[in-house]
Amino acid sequence: MFQAVTAHRPPFRAPAPYLKGMMPDLLSRIASERSEEAFRRLFETFVPRIRSYMRSRGADAAAAEDLAQETLLMVWRKAALYSAEKGTPASWIFTIARNLRIDRLRKEVPWQELGEDQEEIASDDAAPDELVSLRQRQERVRSVLAALPPDQREAVTLAFIEGLSHSEIAARLSLPLGTVKSRMRLAYGKVRAALEDLQ
Amino acid sequence: MSQPVSHHPETSKLMSFAAGSLPEPLAAAYAAHASMCAACRGELRDMELMGAALLCSAVPTSGDAAGSIPARPLSADRAAAPARHDASDRLPAPIARHYGLSFDSVRWKRLGPGIWHHRLTLSPGVQGDLRLLKIAAGRQMPLHGHGGMEVTLVLDGAYRDATGEYRRGDIQDLDDATEHSPVADPGAGCICLIASERPARFKGIISRLVQPWTGM
Ligand SMILES: [Zn+2]
Repeated sequence: MFQAVTAHRPPFRAPAPYLKGMMPDLLSRIASERSEEAFRRLFETFVPRIRSYMRSRGADAAAAEDLAQETLLMVWRKAALYSAEKGTPASWIFTIARNLRIDRLRKEVPWQELGEDQEEIASDDAAPDELVSLRQRQERVRSVLAALPPDQREAVTLAFIEGLSHSEIAARLSLPLGTVKSRMRLAYGKVRAALEDLQ
Repeated sequence: MSQPVSHHPETSKLMSFAAGSLPEPLAAAYAAHASMCAACRGELRDMELMGAALLCSAVPTSGDAAGSIPARPLSADRAAAPARHDASDRLPAPIARHYGLSFDSVRWKRLGPGIWHHRLTLSPGVQGDLRLLKIAAGRQMPLHGHGGMEVTLVLDGAYRDATGEYRRGDIQDLDDATEHSPVADPGAGCICLIASERPARFKGIISRLVQPWTGM
């Protein structure tokens, strides 16, 4: 129980520019103009991050590279299907990477649909106020996470980034299962509270 | 959909689902619940924002440039023809689509008196159990416990146990500590999706069902 908290604490960085609101713009330029310049910027931002996301679940270097590139290729191909109701561009990209990791690395069914196979087709552009509120949501979530106590941040990082189940987290940190669950709930409770007055 | 759902997944498990780290059978049941519950879909979107923020704040290993864009990317997908799912079908869309089933096409196999099931295949090597279960009106299951994480999602009819009543769309999280003796609705019976992270132990439960002490 003791000291486990500091063992895997990832450094938390200042927000990168893409979180400050450029991303919806990049994605809509990809969708409407097939802008390769916009795509290159997303690619440069996300490929290194998704590569380490894949490696943290056991992909070797070559597989992680392939999966990171494939995630971005899906972004390129499906950009027109993105809409604000699927979340922010960053969370939409996260879900694409997540599903690909479940499918290819765990060889399981990614049960969460990305929405592209649902009947509705995304409208060309989200309304400006929708984008503003999405930006606000993403920014608030980012600052809540940056301010989390290390033990809660560690629990959510192990779940979301390393893809560990509750019992795997409990084993990794030598904690009771109930403690893992309550740390996760506490973290989400703060996120929810921070988003309450939006929307 | 009809009346709003009143029993939702436990929050930390829903987070695990959003994170992509829930065991496959449970993820199937949660996806089915989410397809029936707008409130949980909203929560999932917020949980995915957490995933995005964590992904974006992760510092890539040093010297790790993006590399060049591969030469292939260059056609855009139009909306793919969606696999058809009749929204009025009582089988939740993710299950119906993945298994190519509709509510009325399920081929039930009798497990015991007043109880039928249909097993759903999991990916090779995946531990656990996923199945549809149909319980006759008024049938009471013997008191039983649960191994590991297990959830029940009601698709049709209802059941009741000491913790309350579960109707269409309601999910009940059961774990090691939970014992219950659910009774299917006396009028409609109950059809539910059962997901368990461990292999099912239905045999013991069913054999107790046929023993006279159950009082049926
Ligand atoms: Zn719900």
